[in-house]
Amino acid sequence: MDKKLYTMIVYSENIAGLLNQITAVFTRRQINIESLNVSASSIKGVHKYTITAWTDEDTIKKIVRQIEKKIDVLQAHYFTDEEIFSHEIALYKLSTPVLEREPKVSELIRRYNARVVEVNPTYSALEKDGTTEDITSFYDELQQLGCVLQFVRSGRIALTKSCVERVNEFLAEREARYLRAKQNEAAR
Amino acid sequence: MSNKETITGAEALMRSLEHQGVDTLFGYPGGSIMPVFDALYDHRHILNHILVRHEQGATHAAQGYARASGKVGVCLVTSGPGATNTITGIADAMIDSTPVVVIAGQVGTSFLGSDAFQEVDLVGITQPITKWSYQIRRAEDVPWAVARAFYLASSGRPGPVVLDFAKNAQVETFDYEPTTVDFVRSYIPVPDTDSMSVIMAADLINKAQRPLVLVGQGVELGNAQDELRAFIEKADMPAGCTLLGLSALPSDHRLNVGMLGMHGNLAPNVKTNECDVLVAVGMRFDDRVTGNLATYAKQAKIIHFDIDPAEINKNVKVDVAVLGDCKDTLRAVTDLLVPAKHKEWLASFAPYAEEERVRVIEPEIHPGHGPLNMGEVVRAVSEATRNEAVLVTDVGQNQMMSARYFKYSRNRSIITSGGLGTMGFGLPAAVGATFAVPDRTVCVFMGDGGLQMNLQELGTVMEQKAPVKMILLNNNYLGNVRQWQAMFFNRKYSFTPMLNPDYMKIAEAYGIPSRRVMERSDLSAAIDEMLSTAGPFLLEACVIEEGNVLPMTPPGGTVNDMLLEC
Ligand SMILES: Cc1ncc(C[n+]2csc(CCOP(=O)(O)OP(=O)(O)O)c2C)c(N)n1
Ligand SMILES: [Mg+2]
Repeated sequence: MDKKLYTMIVYSENIAGLLNQITAVFTRRQINIESLNVSASSIKGVHKYTITAWTDEDTIKKIVRQIEKKIDVLQAHYFTDEEIFSHEIALYKLSTPVLEREPKVSELIRRYNARVVEVNPTYSALEKDGTTEDITSFYDELQQLGCVLQFVRSGRIALTKSCVERVNEFLAEREARYLRAKQNEAAR
Repeated sequence: MSNKETITGAEALMRSLEHQGVDTLFGYPGGSIMPVFDALYDHRHILNHILVRHEQGATHAAQGYARASGKVGVCLVTSGPGATNTITGIADAMIDSTPVVVIAGQVGTSFLGSDAFQEVDLVGITQPITKWSYQIRRAEDVPWAVARAFYLASSGRPGPVVLDFAKNAQVETFDYEPTTVDFVRSYIPVPDTDSMSVIMAADLINKAQRPLVLVGQGVELGNAQDELRAFIEKADMPAGCTLLGLSALPSDHRLNVGMLGMHGNLAPNVKTNECDVLVAVGMRFDDRVTGNLATYAKQAKIIHFDIDPAEINKNVKVDVAVLGDCKDTLRAVTDLLVPAKHKEWLASFAPYAEEERVRVIEPEIHPGHGPLNMGEVVRAVSEATRNEAVLVTDVGQNQMMSARYFKYSRNRSIITSGGLGTMGFGLPAAVGATFAVPDRTVCVFMGDGGLQMNLQELGTVMEQKAPVKMILLNNNYLGNVRQWQAMFFNRKYSFTPMLNPDYMKIAEAYGIPSRRVMERSDLSAAIDEMLSTAGPFLLEACVIEEGNVLPMTPPGGTVNDMLLEC
């Protein structure tokens, strides 16, 4: 089957140890996680994981269901690149003497729309956001000029193109159904 | 008025267990759980604690208890080695969907992470093999954690839950109030049933010429044995059972065509690759059932009834998935079925059943001469109990032979380690079962290897006078492995012959009545003696050393290509 880069978005309760459980579903199936970002979501007490992995659709579906099965996971969905807006951020530390000597470096910084966040006589720090391709190609070009001292890249974060965070509806629906069931029980 | 009362975490655990209706627990004390055992002493008349001889025994006993009764089995152990000794049982309960709650002591929270005496990261170790694993760090969390543990273990697809109980939380006090949990917002125990899937399933079955039903343990877990019967009877569909589903349908039911899988019956396996609609109910297409997936039921439309969405399309791609509790979904689909007759299709199973009977079954259960066979011992015991006993098995040839030749007439009558295949499971599981169903005869069949893996539980049997009818099928070999060596490794018997002790002397040391049978002519009297003796009994049957379990789908083979001899 066709392998693609899938982005999985997982919402969970904010509970210690869940990250392990989620990544274990990938590792058990020998799928490498390409990037992983975990943070508080816009909903209080709910954590959001953005995970990317190269795999086929059959496998990603099974992984989603196995992750969703974890007790404290609220929802898991997978997306292809066409279904999301995604972004990464990267930091580059360059040698200031090379930067000053080599005009091509400043040209690259402008072309790639990177932001200078620090300059001192030894090194300069740049920040750049964008797609994975954009960020790596900027790195590759800088590397050719021999000026990169350090480089770090964040995991991908993503927004879905569909308008609302589905987890909101999910939570509302879960609570409402439980209340309805309780009321029916009481009525009986 | 509030009914709050200030008590310790340990006392709260006792009250919380009683609040859950627990009346039996299996355990073993130690340093980090002493406050709990101290509290338990004062509750011992309600919470009957069975002292096992090894914590692995406690988990298997809890499993046996849960499988026989449908209730949650409970274990109570200490931290460190006590906790790690439960791992095999927890993994076994996970893969076989058995509701158990394991409560383990843990060092105090101020010691956590410091490699303190008898500290292990139990939550970390057990997360991948539990439905839920939780560390109780504060006394006030006890009622909630226990309520949640029982709710999670027993609802939806059941499974094991671990509570790791820090020692400080056992001794600290708080205002106790009984708590119940029946809702966890992130957990959907029973998924919604799509009404379209019900219609589509019924439609496929109504159009089927050659339907075949696969019955799994889900039918027993869902308490849907009657619904299953109505379902297959209305559409006149033959049904095969998985190892764990064997007693969900009586063996002598007209439509029961036998056991599925590697050592199952010939007819249902062959017919899996001839049916036009395959209907799986509460089973998970385990590789021991399907053999080679690339050649499994490719000709059939497949319908899968399950409570766990993660099982759908996991191993076998299906055409219709009917999610939900099979007690409800079977009923809903049955309502839409048109009564049918599949006379010819049903009759087409007979030649295969007959071939197996003549070539495999008869020689196994009525050999007439030569050494005793496992199958004949099993069938004789089964019949002597009027096929009404609970069968517990260990793992190996003894397991396959007892599953094949025992007969089932009542629900929840087979307790065996299916998914994990845990040697040593049988004896403690049988002990647990006797506490769950004291009115039923519990027979456990074990090999000489497996009995010795938890032999120490004879101490529990002795102390509790647990009425376990123990049948040792002694072939002086790790027989199952020896059979594979004979078939696939050129008869190179690498470390499978085994020097055995005198089991009669062992039984005697424990004060357990026993009998050894070597001759066919002595078998029936010995079985009668075993069944008429009150309390436990060990029957050692010295069986053929190099016997083989047949038929067999070789590993990686195709279901309709079973070997009848080797
Ligand atoms: C704990 C454990 N260790 C090893 C195995 C592998 N194994 C499966 S069957 C078997 C042989 C069992 O021998 P015995 O208990 O004498 O039963 P028999 O097959 O002879 O009836 C072994 C070693 C296992 N299933 N479980
Ligand atoms: Mg043996």
